[in-house]
Amino acid sequence: MSAREPLIVQREVKPLDFLAAGETASEFKELLKSLGIPTDICRRASIVTYEAEMNTVIHGGGGVMSLRLEDDAIIIVAEDQGPGIADLEKAMQEGYSTAPDFVREMGFGAGMGLPNIKKYSDKLEIDTRVGEGTTLRAYISLKGQREE
Amino acid sequence: MFLSEILGLLEAEKVGKSEHLSVEIGCAFASDLMSDVLALASPGSLLITGLTNIQIVRTASMLDMPGVVFVRGKRPAKETVELADKMGLPIILTNKTMFETCGILYAAGIKSCFCPKRSGQ
Repeated sequence: MSAREPLIVQREVKPLDFLAAGETASEFKELLKSLGIPTDICRRASIVTYEAEMNTVIHGGGGVMSLRLEDDAIIIVAEDQGPGIADLEKAMQEGYSTAPDFVREMGFGAGMGLPNIKKYSDKLEIDTRVGEGTTLRAYISLKGQREE
Repeated sequence: MFLSEILGLLEAEKVGKSEHLSVEIGCAFASDLMSDVLALASPGSLLITGLTNIQIVRTASMLDMPGVVFVRGKRPAKETVELADKMGLPIILTNKTMFETCGILYAAGIKSCFCPKRSGQ
């Protein structure tokens, strides 16, 4: 691909709206597919977006999701002004969760969200402050494929 | 194996509008935990679950799954079926338990998804 302006799409995510949760991930996936991005990369980007979106819906008090398509990478950003993550190291561990029971009953909140985002992205940055919010940035490289 | 054959084996009922039952199914993943599905299920596998909320359809679509089986006689909410219709995802309902559903499909030749060790991923 030649150098060009990056494509940026932003979507607002509402808190605790479990009917709409996932719409952003579906939209980003369709957009990436329509731009001819390889299927496995579209799938990874959609899973990263979906898990981050669920976190924003469940924990973040809503927020903004954005997709940035650059020449060599897809960058997914989830930004909220929620409570922040008190113990990021623990939150990155599989199985650690602070989600309420009603979220678990929907099949989420099992402490796999952040580990899944890490698994499917090539680079992950999380900037979080208690009482101020969280910004998550996940990079998915477009250079070279990798095994899922 | 075609999804239409699975419908027969599970004495199941199709709900929703999708007629994509001639899709070939090679492997399946059974779980009520959607994050585990997202972490471990192979793209293109059949999803077997006892949860019927709208997020099941979202999860299946992220992984390009060709169909969902709802077990234990659970009926999906209206919005679940509506989203599945929009995405062209077939849903089938069976009264069998998850264990029995898996047993029947495994015996019929449906394979498990490759599941890597959790530690050191």
